[in-house]
Amino acid sequence: MTKALRVAMVALLLLIGGVTLVAWLGLRSDRSEESIAPVIASDLQDHLARGRYLALAGNCRGCHTERGGADYAGGRVIATSFGEFRTPNLTPDAETGIGRWSENDFWRAMHEGKRPDNTPLYPAFPYTHYTKISRADVAALYAYLQSVPEVNKRNLAHSLQFPYDQRWLLVAWRALFFRPGAYQMVATQDERWNRGAYLVQGLGHCGACHDARNALGAIRRQTDAAGGVIHNWYAPALNAAAEAGVAAGSEDQVIALLRTGLNEKAVTLGPMAEVVYNSLQHLRDEDLRAMAVYLRSLKAQASPPPAAAPRQSAETRMVANARGARDYADHCAGCHGQQGEGRVPATRALAGNRDVTMTPAMNVIRIVLQGGYAPGTVGNPQPFGMPPFGGTLSDERIADLVNYIRSAWGNDAPAVAGHEVARQRGGVLW
Amino acid sequence: MAAGVHAAEIVPLDDFAQRMQPCAACHGKEGRPATEGYSPRIAGKPAGYLYEQLLNFRDGRRVSPMMSYMVDRQSEAYLRRMAEFFAQQEFPYATPRVVRRDAASMARGEQLVRKGDAAHSIPACMTCHGQQLTGIAPAVPGLLGLPQYYLAAQLNSWRQGLRHARAPDCMAEIAQALQPDDVDAVSAWLASQPVPRDARAPLQRFDAPLRCGSLEPR
Repeated sequence: MTKALRVAMVALLLLIGGVTLVAWLGLRSDRSEESIAPVIASDLQDHLARGRYLALAGNCRGCHTERGGADYAGGRVIATSFGEFRTPNLTPDAETGIGRWSENDFWRAMHEGKRPDNTPLYPAFPYTHYTKISRADVAALYAYLQSVPEVNKRNLAHSLQFPYDQRWLLVAWRALFFRPGAYQMVATQDERWNRGAYLVQGLGHCGACHDARNALGAIRRQTDAAGGVIHNWYAPALNAAAEAGVAAGSEDQVIALLRTGLNEKAVTLGPMAEVVYNSLQHLRDEDLRAMAVYLRSLKAQASPPPAAAPRQSAETRMVANARGARDYADHCAGCHGQQGEGRVPATRALAGNRDVTMTPAMNVIRIVLQGGYAPGTVGNPQPFGMPPFGGTLSDERIADLVNYIRSAWGNDAPAVAGHEVARQRGGVLW
Repeated sequence: MAAGVHAAEIVPLDDFAQRMQPCAACHGKEGRPATEGYSPRIAGKPAGYLYEQLLNFRDGRRVSPMMSYMVDRQSEAYLRRMAEFFAQQEFPYATPRVVRRDAASMARGEQLVRKGDAAHSIPACMTCHGQQLTGIAPAVPGLLGLPQYYLAAQLNSWRQGLRHARAPDCMAEIAQALQPDDVDAVSAWLASQPVPRDARAPLQRFDAPLRCGSLEPR
């Protein structure tokens, strides 16, 4: 055997070994012991009623229903930086839905992120979170979904950019970023904390939006606090005092925000308003309280340092600031107060408001551009709303206005530029 | 109860009109936009019609990202109150800006409004929208005091399948029966008409020439 042939043989063996390893890591089944996870709504004896509650807690219908469409029949477009996903039909229709799926098929989709034929699912479906859900809860969800009205509606193909449209590459993605495994009770914490952690990390899949992702869409394990971007909104970090961290707030404040969509300091808009409207407002007090306990226990991490603000001369800054102050007086002060103090119950204070001051400015820009209503919940059935100013104010004027409210009344946040406003215009509004 | 006003206090903002502030950004203060531009007046339109439109935006039968975004996460009870609020607004209309078109085009527009076009199975607008064209409560909107762009865009949207009403969608049938220049003719004529002093939509019974889902009770 020549030396070249020997080298080629070794290389081939290494390649086969590597591919086998990746395939094994990416496609292996979870053989770990079933953990004893907290049982949600355990007093509901009826399997279907419990499943229905769990489906609400996971907001399954939110993604799996298109505008004006039948519940759970899919078709909603989920726009991401990899392309557009179109959610599938979850109704029990045998031909187009999941009517032919066994309970075990459903478990494997939720727990391992695989279709019944073993092909991997895209993690736009947050099985990376659902893997934590207990088998008993998944079984109840399955029973409920099999009971909703059948709808014959064919799934639409995703529209993804190359190479993300190559589904087989998910094997490598999974080898790198996914380990199936149900929630493990933390012995040093009490039952309520564990229930909260189970809900937040699993069914609630809060991190699907609120955690930062890497370039391949996997949730980043990071030491600094950073949130994620979803539908052109920034989902603030839940472990950052400067963003959405609630360690300093009271349990009741957290519960009020989750249940009614607002509290005395903050109002939910954008995708979070949808989560409150479709899901959180329907949860039981004990579950919201458990989530609040867990969220308040998250250790505050330092936020990453803000990027350098655009350099401007002192004179330019002064002129821009005067323009921003004038537009504030003309358009905002009537409802938010001369000193940004807010006027209850319609508006919140802008002074000291984290939604105004957090470093990523896309939300405050978006709120000025497109306005919006808080969700109309049982606890707040006739919400107030913010008017959109995108039609009346230019990018530059909105930048000046945003910079004014980010720097007035003790606020001290980095400046934004007109092109950042331009970037937030258009597209689907959430 | 006499309202005591204390200038020194911060007056709480808590009434229904305050809740409707976001609408003013496009539909004007009090639901009356400027006569130029695109956004329609909503003040004084029949409550049933307005409510139906809010549901149409929510459910995607009408396409407007902004309107869908605004109404998406609200209860039907709240949407109904919004519709009733704007339906009750009675404010005078501005004098319309006459849209310049040649006489033949204006005549065609007027003919469609008053008589329709039997040869093409187009009923007169007045049959359903009222002899005064101020609509018929609770479900049929008036056609006066609206920008020409808006009127033309609605008819074209129906022709192209971008606007729908609850099935059976009678206005879609009518819009699709219009001839190529008819949309411009009828919208120009309508936009040029003065609005009668009493522009309220009377509550009447009438026989619609087509079946309309939007006239059926919810």
